[in-house]
Amino acid sequence: MFPEIVDTRPLRRAVDDGLNWVVRHWGDGFEAAARPLLILLNAIEGLLVATPWWLIIAILVGGAWLATRNWRLPAIVLVAMLFLGIMSLWRDAMTTMALMISATLTAIVLAIPVGVWMSRSLKVRQIFTPVLDLMQTLPSFVYLIPTVMIFGPGKIPALIATIVYAAPPLVRLTDLGLRSVDPAVMEASRAFGTSARQRLFGVQIPLALPTILAGINQTTMMALAMVVIASMIGAGGLGYQVLQGIGRLEVSRGLFAGLGIVVLAIVFDRITQAFGKQLQSRIGLQEAR
Amino acid sequence: MSDMTPNPDLAIRMSGVTKIFGPDPQGALALLRSGRSKSEVQSETNHVVGLDDVSLDIARGQIFVVMGLSGSGKSTLIRHVNRLIDPTAGEIVVEGTDVLKMSLPELRGFRRNTVAMVFQKFGLLPHRSVIDNVAYGLEVKGVPKAERLEKAAGWIETVGLAGYEQSRPRQLSGGQQQRVGLARALALDTDIILMDEAFSALDPLIRSGMQDQLIELQKSLGKTILFITHDFDEALKIADRIAVLKDGAVQQVGKPQDIVLKPANEHIEEFVREVNKARAIQVRTIMERGEFDPCDQSVPDTARCEDVLPLFAENQWVGVVNDSGRQIGRITAKQVIKALARYSASTMN
Ligand SMILES: Nc1ncnc2c1ncn2[C@@H]1O[C@H](COP(=O)(O)OP(=O)(O)O)[C@@H](O)[C@H]1O
Ligand SMILES: [Mg+2]
Repeated sequence: MFPEIVDTRPLRRAVDDGLNWVVRHWGDGFEAAARPLLILLNAIEGLLVATPWWLIIAILVGGAWLATRNWRLPAIVLVAMLFLGIMSLWRDAMTTMALMISATLTAIVLAIPVGVWMSRSLKVRQIFTPVLDLMQTLPSFVYLIPTVMIFGPGKIPALIATIVYAAPPLVRLTDLGLRSVDPAVMEASRAFGTSARQRLFGVQIPLALPTILAGINQTTMMALAMVVIASMIGAGGLGYQVLQGIGRLEVSRGLFAGLGIVVLAIVFDRITQAFGKQLQSRIGLQEAR
Repeated sequence: MSDMTPNPDLAIRMSGVTKIFGPDPQGALALLRSGRSKSEVQSETNHVVGLDDVSLDIARGQIFVVMGLSGSGKSTLIRHVNRLIDPTAGEIVVEGTDVLKMSLPELRGFRRNTVAMVFQKFGLLPHRSVIDNVAYGLEVKGVPKAERLEKAAGWIETVGLAGYEQSRPRQLSGGQQQRVGLARALALDTDIILMDEAFSALDPLIRSGMQDQLIELQKSLGKTILFITHDFDEALKIADRIAVLKDGAVQQVGKPQDIVLKPANEHIEEFVREVNKARAIQVRTIMERGEFDPCDQSVPDTARCEDVLPLFAENQWVGVVNDSGRQIGRITAKQVIKALARYSASTMN
């Protein structure tokens, strides 16, 4: 056994007491601060539930067609969505979709500015890289417990945990995309007397857009990967069905809800990827490199 | 070339410009000043000497060519003029203004209004159409959309790309892309245009056409063009004056034929040996001056031997006329051949 060199019990106690203190004194403040997230999530969920099923299918199939101009992906999307309906998973799928969409939207709002900031300063990048590594590798239960303590079980901690887990790839890919814009193009832009802002919005972001879109794709996928864990703290949706299946040893329930998650993942993955490819060929990055 | 009086005819003046790449340029500069060579500085300190005490006076309204082998510092030099690179030491005055004293907003204004640039790798914006690329500089300047598109369309036509306005750069050939780059620079209507190996990526035939077009454009627009090339023949064809660069230092500055006929050192002689001398020697310098009967054929006094040679097939004498069209002398095939033979022999041994 490793010898006890110092007594770490005071340290542990300090951490626990500190958290308890934060929950007691700042809990309400945190909850108020997270309110907009809840409003966003509820609004999206309300909208998805209120929208007739055929309209949602039509929108997704239409999106797939616009992204590929080909019948294959729309057909896959149609079958996938019909599967959700036929297996009576539609309502749960909408709840899960709402969680995924609101996590992705929030991640976009937070991650892209951070990525831009990282791309412009080596120091900022050195600070954020380990933080991002931590966010991705720390088992989610570790930060789930304090978030549940602060916000109470429910949708907010589920959403926050999902964002923490899903945002890092978008930050990284935004940073990478902006930094790998052809230096010759950047120099030409500089030579024409552009300001840093004009270069960012007129050159860097448009040329990095395919990479940023790949980041958004990753974020949606990671958000879906979190739904089972998120449902443990009250997110509901397909993840909750999986949990119930496990709890009641109802293999079929768990299996079909699990397949439902896979189906959603396939639909969103393929559509966002196809849009990314389309964008890339429109910009013609291959020639610019 | 006095250092004190600002010369109003100068478009660009660089004096004592030195650029050292590396973390401690001042330390390496001290070494360089103490008489070490570029390679000694590099091996001792790991700093690269980009430019070594470069002084150039570039008069308004001419094509000034900087020539040198790859790695000689040409790109570094031209990027000092619009301060894409800051020098380690020295002074750069463009159109009477000290570039190094400019604040950031002043520098942006200077790049928008005084110097435009054309790049070897084109540097076109791949996500924009040709016309939006050409209008880019105007857009940056805040010119209203209708006006800038109209101007851009005009320049696209001038460079011979009418019909390609809505194409994307990647749909064009290299030569066409470089025409877009040229039109983009011309559209800004600056007095000075910087061209860094602008034609080096092009096929020989297209390249020759672009050179002719550049000479035409310069004549009709009267711009000052600082042109970088590693190709001596190209320099001879388009230059009013040439500076030869080696290891970041200027070896010789002069008119094309001065460089060819009186190379300052062995390095330049090496270039000259390969060169087409008929292109370098101006007929003016070898003609018979005086009043003669008007000849059937004549050439301007800026013509090179290259230009008169074909005329000897039909004529014994070719007249030489000045700007106002008056014949100031004549030239025979014999004189041309003699001159070519003399200069070839003198650089052979
Ligand atoms: N950013 C840089 N950092 C370090 N060295 C550089 C940099 N830019 C240019 N150099 C060096 O400076 C010298 C001149 O380069 P350059 O001006 O590009 O030459 P040219 O355009 O004549 O081929 C070369 O030795 C090159 O390696
Ligand atoms: Mg170069």
